[in-house]
Order: sequence, then C-alpha cells, then structure tokens
Amino acid sequence: MSKMSAKSTQKLAKAFIWGSGFITVIILFLIIGYVLARGLPQISLSFLFTAPQGGLSGEGGISTAIVTTIYLVALTIAILIVPGIGAAIYLTEYAKDNWLTSIIRYGVDTLAGVPSIVFGLFGFVIFVTVLHFNFSILSGALTLVCLLLPTLIRTSEEAIKAVPRSHREAALALGSTKWQAIWHVVLPAALPGIVTGIIICIGRILGETACLYVTMGGSSAMPTSLLSGGRTLALHLFYLATETNAFEKAMATAAVLIIVILVINTIINWLSHRFQARMHGGA
Amino acid sequence: MDPKIETKHVNFYYGSVHCLKDVSLQIKEHEITALIGPSGCGKSTFLRTLNRMNDIIPGARIEGEVLLDKQNIYERSLDVVELRKRVGMVFQQPNPFPKSIFENIAFGPKMLGLSRKLNLDEVVEKSLRAAALWGEVKDNLNKSALALSGGQQQRLCIARVLAVEPEVILMDEPCSALDPASTLKIEELMQDLTKNYTIVIVTHNMLQAARVSEWTGFFLLGEMIEYGKTVDIFSRPKDKRTEDYITGRFG
Repeated sequence: MSKMSAKSTQKLAKAFIWGSGFITVIILFLIIGYVLARGLPQISLSFLFTAPQGGLSGEGGISTAIVTTIYLVALTIAILIVPGIGAAIYLTEYAKDNWLTSIIRYGVDTLAGVPSIVFGLFGFVIFVTVLHFNFSILSGALTLVCLLLPTLIRTSEEAIKAVPRSHREAALALGSTKWQAIWHVVLPAALPGIVTGIIICIGRILGETACLYVTMGGSSAMPTSLLSGGRTLALHLFYLATETNAFEKAMATAAVLIIVILVINTIINWLSHRFQARMHGGA
Repeated sequence: MDPKIETKHVNFYYGSVHCLKDVSLQIKEHEITALIGPSGCGKSTFLRTLNRMNDIIPGARIEGEVLLDKQNIYERSLDVVELRKRVGMVFQQPNPFPKSIFENIAFGPKMLGLSRKLNLDEVVEKSLRAAALWGEVKDNLNKSALALSGGQQQRLCIARVLAVEPEVILMDEPCSALDPASTLKIEELMQDLTKNYTIVIVTHNMLQAARVSEWTGFFLLGEMIEYGKTVDIFSRPKDKRTEDYITGRFG
C-alpha cells in the first residue's frame, strides 16, 4: 500500500514538475512569438535609423531611443559596478557579523523589494531637482543605480560566498595578502556569478519605465550629452502604447527590445565563458 | 642544533572550547615530524598555529609562544605575510586554483612581487621537477590544473609551495584524499624534500607516520601525550594511551 502510494506520488510529482516547466516554456514562446510575429515585419532600416516624429500617429522610427538606451545602459552599469561589487566584497570578506552588518543586509533586502516608481520619485527630487541634473540620462542612470545596487550586491555576494574557503586559504598560505587573495583568486572564481548579476541588471534597465518616466523626461530628440533628456526603447514603447494609435510601431519596438536583450545576454555569456576558459587554462 | 620551530606552552581556544592544552615541542630542521592522533585531537589545529592560519577563523585565541628560528611568530611586529612565505602549507584536499598549471605555480612568486627578479619559466620548471610532476605536465603547462588527477593536483600544490622557497612545509593530511599509488609518490617526494626543507605532517595514517617521519608526536583531546623519535614511539611507547592508539585499541 505504502509502496504503491510512494510510487504514484513520485509519478504525480514528476508529472506536475514536467507540466510546470512545459507551461512556462509555452507562455514564454507565446509572448515572444506573438511580439516577434507582429513586430518583425514592421522593422526596416528606415525604422531603425530615423527618429520618432511624435504626434498621435506615432510616425517615424526608433533611432534616438536605441541610442538613448545604449547610453543609459553603459552609464548605469559603469557607475553601478564598483560600489555594487565593492559592497559585496565588504559584506562577505571584511564585515564582521554584528548589528551594523545585519542592518546593512536588512536594508539591502528591503530596498530590493521597493517598487521602482518610489526610486523614481526619489531620483526626481534628488537628481532632477536638488542637484539640477534636470530630466537627463544622468538622472535616469543615477536613479537606476539606486534601484539596482541591492540586486547587484546580493547576486555578487552569493557568487563570492560560493568560492570555496580552500582557495582563500591556499592563497594566504602562499604569502599573499588578503586583498591579493580576493583580487587574484576569489573574484576571478566568482566572476561568472557576478556577470549573471550584471546581466540581470541590464535586463531590468532595458525593461524599466516608471522610474525613468520621472527622471528622463521622454524627449524623442537625439541625446547630445549625458545631460540630455531622452527615452529608452521601453519608454518609447510606453509612449507609443499610451499616447498614439501606432500599435504596429509599438510591436516593432517591442521586437527590437527583445532582440537587443537576447543579443546582450548572448554576448555577455560568451565573454564570461571565454574568460572562464582562460582562467581554466583554455582546457 | 637549535630546533627550527619550538612551541612553548601553547594553548588554543576556539570560542570557549579549549582545543590545545599546553603543547610544547621542538621541531628539528631538515627532518620530518609527524603528528598523529584520532580525529578532533587538535593535531590539525596545532599545525595551523605554526603559520598562523588560525588567524582567519573568527573567535580563535592563542596563548603561549611559537618560535621560528627563536623568534616568536605571534609577536605584534611580525608580518604574517612574511611568515607564511617562510612556512608553507599543503592542505588535506588538493586545492589548485582554477587556473592553468603554470599560473598555479607562478602565483606565489607573482604575489610576492618576485616575478620581475625571477624568470618565472625557470621557477615553474624547477618547482615542478622538485615535486616530481614535471615529466607528466611539461607539455601541458597551459592546461587547467583542475584537469589533473587528485595525486597530480596534490603534487602541484606542493610544487606551488616550493615555488616561494619556504623553509618549513606544513602538510595537513596531504594523502587522505589520494589512492595508495599517489600516496607512495608523495611520501617518496617528502623524503627528497628534507634535503632542503623542514616538514611537519599531520596524518591519521599511523603507518604513514612510521614510514616517513623521524619524529612523532601523539595528540589526544588537545594534549600532546608523547613526543619522541618515531622508532621509539612505535616500538616502546612510554604512555599507555599512546600504546593503545598505535596498537589500534581506539581511534
């Protein structure tokens, strides 16, 4: 009796897990497939290389949105990396387990759960108004840094923690300093995990709209400096969907967005594998 | 001859646990000293006090003196990095870095800032030869160290220590993860190394201690029960507990 039930439970669990995986994949393909099917035919060179014209009809292309997106991702990640990974190193390698670090951890976890529009309002007050960066790529990037720091700190922390203690001990026993052990042994070994964290952050930058809506304005002009306002692809998509009747253009923009995300993920994965292969002596 | 290392009344605490109780012994230069005893007797902890590897464990505290060439290594003014360069360590599990064979050996000299003065190619070859690994890997120096077998990895770890030219090598059960053939190779290697190095090995393999060492210390529950020439310890132990252990009555 009990044997039978254990076996059938096993079968049931297997079916359930299979089903869950299957449904996830189906939903994923349905969404991506639908967007690509509707959007891809609309994409042309002129769509990619002309600026949006604005207006109710949503005429024009998405060139400025592409450029703004690239600027914003590059700037945000550039500002984010050092404090994000630095804080993770501090928390894992240097901080003692006391009330201060538990407050920091608690704060990091709480911030990770705050809705992005709250960060947007914060960014609007601090960066746009008080610091006079106005609606700009810089304001948007700084706001995103605040939004994404917890994510990067947490993922990097996990990656660093996963490096076996034996690596650290081996390095120290060879007469290296603590920092040398971290820099030359721990961080390279943790790199794939850290890169995963950065990919997650890039994905969120590409998808973010609410907090950029209130910090970057939404100008459709070509950005000329980091203090120019602008709209990312996602923000442009939001405008197209809410303020125009150019549904096909919105779909085309969404298709481009998806392709960009796929390309970026692929490139970064490839870089990370190459780096790992080098670390492992090309084996 | 003066001892290479001498410990005087070493007590070690981990939190409120008293792990080492008043351990005093002398380690002779260019000889192999084995520390034996059942699991949890404090032999590994003692070994790690000799290059201050216990420093990195939070809550650890030590009393007493550990003298290396008559200088107390727990003195405030002492540079731990300099100490660990002089007293190298090989661990229980082979722990090569996830880097190439070459980079593993070159790591120590590079970290110590010696790579400009030394020819790294020569250092790597010399170290691998000394660790009896050169013949097996000389054509694959850029291959991952992780692709080597367990025994090769452990010899690589020994070579990595040799590359920084320490005076003392501490080995913490270096063969416990290895097969008999690899173990034999490491034991032969240890004999060769005594020409230039002083070796302290922790092992729970009594036969190994008897085979390789000149001196043996028997640890039990944090105390060093007996210390002397290996032949004496194994043929006519003075303490009943030592006798019980080496005759296999417990442990």
